[in-house]
Amino acid sequence: MNFGFTEEQSLLRDQVERFMKEACPMPKVREIAASESRFDSTLWQQVADLGWLGLTIPEAHGGLGLKWIDLTVVLEAAAEGLCPLPIASQALASAAVLTCGNDQQKNDWLPAMAAGKAICTIGLYDEANWIDPKAITAQAHASEGGYVLKGTKPFVNDAAAAHYLLLAVNGPNGLALAAVAKDDVKITHQPTMDTTKPMASVNLDGVSISAEFLLPMSEEQLAFLTDCGAVATTAEMVGAGAAILAMTSNYAKERIQFGKPIGQYQGVKHRLADMYVDLESYRSLSYYAAWSVDDDVAGLAKAVSLAKGYASDAFAQIGIDGVGLHGAIGFTAEYDAQLYLKRSKWARPMYGDSDYHMDRIATLGGL
Amino acid sequence: MDFDYTASEQSFREEVRSFISDNLPPKKERDKNFLANWLEKVRAKGWVGFAWPKEFGGSEGGLIEQTILREEMALAKAPPLGTSMMGLAWVGPGIMQYGTEEQKRKFIPDILDSKVTWCTGYSEPNHGSDLAAIQCKAELKGDHYLVNGQKIWTTGAPWSQWIILLTRTQFDVQSKHDGITCFLVPMDAPGVEVRPIQNMAGDKHFAEIFFTDVQVPVENRLGAEGEGWNVTVSALANERSSIGEVTQMFEKLENLKELVKTTSLQGQPANKDPKVRRTIARFEMKVAAMKFNGLRYLTKQIKGEPLTSETSVNKLHRASLEIEIDDFAVQLLGQAGLQLRGGESAVDGGTWSKSALNWPNVVIGGGTPNIQRNIIAERLLGQPKD
Repeated sequence: MNFGFTEEQSLLRDQVERFMKEACPMPKVREIAASESRFDSTLWQQVADLGWLGLTIPEAHGGLGLKWIDLTVVLEAAAEGLCPLPIASQALASAAVLTCGNDQQKNDWLPAMAAGKAICTIGLYDEANWIDPKAITAQAHASEGGYVLKGTKPFVNDAAAAHYLLLAVNGPNGLALAAVAKDDVKITHQPTMDTTKPMASVNLDGVSISAEFLLPMSEEQLAFLTDCGAVATTAEMVGAGAAILAMTSNYAKERIQFGKPIGQYQGVKHRLADMYVDLESYRSLSYYAAWSVDDDVAGLAKAVSLAKGYASDAFAQIGIDGVGLHGAIGFTAEYDAQLYLKRSKWARPMYGDSDYHMDRIATLGGL
Repeated sequence: MDFDYTASEQSFREEVRSFISDNLPPKKERDKNFLANWLEKVRAKGWVGFAWPKEFGGSEGGLIEQTILREEMALAKAPPLGTSMMGLAWVGPGIMQYGTEEQKRKFIPDILDSKVTWCTGYSEPNHGSDLAAIQCKAELKGDHYLVNGQKIWTTGAPWSQWIILLTRTQFDVQSKHDGITCFLVPMDAPGVEVRPIQNMAGDKHFAEIFFTDVQVPVENRLGAEGEGWNVTVSALANERSSIGEVTQMFEKLENLKELVKTTSLQGQPANKDPKVRRTIARFEMKVAAMKFNGLRYLTKQIKGEPLTSETSVNKLHRASLEIEIDDFAVQLLGQAGLQLRGGESAVDGGTWSKSALNWPNVVIGGGTPNIQRNIIAERLLGQPKD
């Protein structure tokens, strides 16, 4: 029984925090988010060199062969500084290849993904707020030598930065992931609240792929990848939530009103305490969910829904309170608190909002 | 990170389970000697004061074994391991830490053998959350102290034989935490008068206690004169993992799910109602958070780091669950939820309505939620004190 991190994991966390502080501080984050590409290939290479893109890829395929709990250490620490690099998308794309790919595909693709040479992302559902196989509407039709794709994937994270996209479609034999190259599809950036998490629509109409680029995917595999997405998102919510709580708590100690630091008023300090309670609680649930990915797949759905169900509402409230407790300064574009509020809005629907996860908890609990 | 138990931990769990199956008959089959026999047997097993040092009659059980013991006992809905909850939770540990050799010999065995029940004389009419401001007065008069004053909301006072009493021996002090002295006082001492108070659920669990010229021998002082605040703080810090509580909350949640499955709401099965489903899921998320927070704290303790104010997180969850689960059940049951035991439409023998009126026992008892929020904000987030 040990619900703590190893020394190696602590060192990894330190490494990520140092990277964020030195190479990717908030002015850099804002610069990347405001740039045309919304991506930084120099930083990406550094991240790749540090090994973070191959954490969950087996050593045989060029990765480090670690677990999702190690990955979440990176995602959490990077999200403290709202890292805009598509580390989570890359990890989910590798999970998709590991889950749905054959040996040939794993051998061919994973080493380039671990090395960061192939930037990849996934796109699962085509409905804005529906986690269900029926929410996949894009199609793959058999054609000579392969498939022709049809439809639009309206919500694909980090699509513009990616070289390859793994997109869920309905194929002739059921669900599948279509692996497409960026240049073969029409990617349109979508303006969203959170500029550190670029989103795009991907139009697939008339795109031909050869047979080996359609990876069959069962409903169980789809559910597993969705749960992995929720785990990655929740890990980022832990880091970002901790950062805005620290920012707000520090502000409350320094801001003087009516002759006292505002943190001395219970109206303020009790809100901070509630933020802490919620953050620590979804932190615990999030670590357990991440552990479950590798070590308790049977319990994964429940663990994920407990974590993402709790975090979705709690982080949204932490974002609102973080900005609100700052007063007018928190509302300004210049101040960083608002970026975290936007991240909380972004994270809420990703891989299931609280309503979805709470309903799943009820179902799994026998109701 | 690893959630497995070692072979010896696993075999300890088996031992507890087989003890329970051998010694815990169904409620209907228990005779009037059952509880006394149970207490004797768990005592013989060394499970009362399980973590206490062997020299005081404990078993020096490890944190994980202690967790397993509590978890299994809660799962089996077993009677408590000893009748003096407060004696086991903090009076005993306080005596072991601050008591004289004579006090240890005199009081510890009786706590372990369930011969004596203790209550805790902290709150006063004007000082509840502001505990250090107490006014109950103790004056040294040669070989004894003369105690005058009043305590109130003292849980268990109507049936306890002894009280751990917080008094003020010095009034002219710079800090209110100074000048406080702790005593061990028999409830039948001349001048001690207990007046039970009926709570809103109709029970008389707590009382006010009047002390009029009560003579307390000097040898019944716990710790030095003026050291009472430290005694209290370190005694209260003896709280261990809350896993037993978590198991109880899971049980309560299971009962609630069963209730929901057999209840209809506006003519439809309640378990299909989206609001009902999400409410129960929200409870489950909180109980699960308590569980995994508790395991993180347990890991910290195992690594030898002291637990500090983090436990307030789970206390806040527990407080809201204690209030909300019963309240939700009563609301769901509509007018039947109003009926107490004996009512023709009362559900589950009126237990939901009864416990919906009993939450302050837990919620107020160990420090109110607002005090817990102060603790978190001030000690964990470094906010300035009120």
